[in-house]
Amino acid sequence: MSVMDMAIQAGIWALEILAIAAPVALTVAYITYFERRIIGWIQVRQGCNRVGPAGLLQPLADGLKLLLKETIIPARANKVLFVAAPLLSLVPALVAFAVVPFGETSLFGIWETPHIMAISNLNVGLLYVMAISSLSIYGVLMAGWASNSKYPIIGSIRSTCQMISYEISMGFGLVTVMMLAGSLNLADIVHAQAGGILHWYMIPLFPMLIVFFISGCAETGRTPFDLTETEELVSGYYTEYSGMWFATFSLAEYGAMILISLLTSILFLGGWYAPIPALDIIPGTFWLLGKSAFLIFVFIWFRATFPRYRYDQMMRLGWKIFLPWTLGWIFVVGMFIYTPGLDGIINFWLAWR
Amino acid sequence: MLKRAFKTWFLWELLIGLSVTGRYLFKKKITIEYPEQKTPLSPRFRGLHALRRYESGEERCIACKLCEVVCPALAITIESEERDDGSRRTTRYDIDFSKCIYCGFCQEACPVDAIVETQEFEYACETRDGLYYDKEMLLANGDRLEKQIAANLAADARYS
Repeated sequence: MSVMDMAIQAGIWALEILAIAAPVALTVAYITYFERRIIGWIQVRQGCNRVGPAGLLQPLADGLKLLLKETIIPARANKVLFVAAPLLSLVPALVAFAVVPFGETSLFGIWETPHIMAISNLNVGLLYVMAISSLSIYGVLMAGWASNSKYPIIGSIRSTCQMISYEISMGFGLVTVMMLAGSLNLADIVHAQAGGILHWYMIPLFPMLIVFFISGCAETGRTPFDLTETEELVSGYYTEYSGMWFATFSLAEYGAMILISLLTSILFLGGWYAPIPALDIIPGTFWLLGKSAFLIFVFIWFRATFPRYRYDQMMRLGWKIFLPWTLGWIFVVGMFIYTPGLDGIINFWLAWR
Repeated sequence: MLKRAFKTWFLWELLIGLSVTGRYLFKKKITIEYPEQKTPLSPRFRGLHALRRYESGEERCIACKLCEVVCPALAITIESEERDDGSRRTTRYDIDFSKCIYCGFCQEACPVDAIVETQEFEYACETRDGLYYDKEMLLANGDRLEKQIAANLAADARYS
């Protein structure tokens, strides 16, 4: 491969990354807007509707305000780690989007075979997402440690504990998906769910869908599991953060929320396939984004509905309820796959058989 | 027992909660969007003060200083002297709205309905000096808002 080819390839990659990172950033901004509007509506208020038409410029005003605010770094803080921590929690949230397939297209028939719309159609995509999203814990730990203050360190340990606990049940939940799809490639997982709503994994794996989504709430620190950032617990690990670095943490949180929604759609809700095959004339990307948008709405709906869990209740839910359920469901699915007589039922969802 | 297990494992109570909030999502919003929409005000609303005139244009205030005496916040300052026609009139009638507590005692004390409180409440300003109203400003308030003042006094008259 000549230098020229490499340069072109690098340029294409840069464009692809931009084509995903920029919409993600924009979506994050507007999720904050819709979150405030929807929570407002649920509380019989209007929500923010002052800046621009229907308040649509509010995210820009917020962003500008946060940019112009001073970032206070505590005198005794470890400055390098203090600055690195928000980045370290933001980068994994963004990098994980690299393997998310946003659909498949033949570019109006120019390409003979449909291409997967992902930056990298990785064969171990699912594993990659799990691995990368675990990395954001380091940002949390570093933020707590670098602040050199007792409440952030307590908060960061609490958050780390929470995220690790729920990652386990999340991972086991994904094992069932893997067993049905027979692949870790996200695009293959979607292909295995082709053929209408009955083929989607939410039918055989319904408890796993619930577990995965609720664990996703806990993983991203959304209500009812937002013990990572509650005011009554002195804002958790980012007590000492202000201005744009503070916003970077929320950016990471909302990025992770989009990621969880996309993953839930891909793994359980048939990805870019329409519920009825006839509706597949609408481009798949719209279906995927529509499903994800609905799940993001559900995230916000949860926030407006449920009070926060107590810490021990949350841990009990993770370890004593979700973990046994996921392990049990792996057993159930395995039994269905390998027991003669029962496999006739599960074969409907087993594309690899 | 079975019912309870069903409710637990199907997250029944949580679903009920979600349905409640889901219904509220579509309810009519009760927010009053203030600069455009306002809540109705009582005729007895106690806002910005005004000095009134008779229909002839003669100012009502006779400088009896009852309002100055009754004012619990000492916000009113009055000086008076004899006018050319022999009547007693104010030369100075100041209200410091940074002191005023809007109790309405001045209005109650006034024997000639000269000092009244209007329904004006949007007179915020950026300096303390801007809250110091002298006689001309109060009279101007009265001239500007006479219609509203008269209507409110008439509406309230049947209760007094």
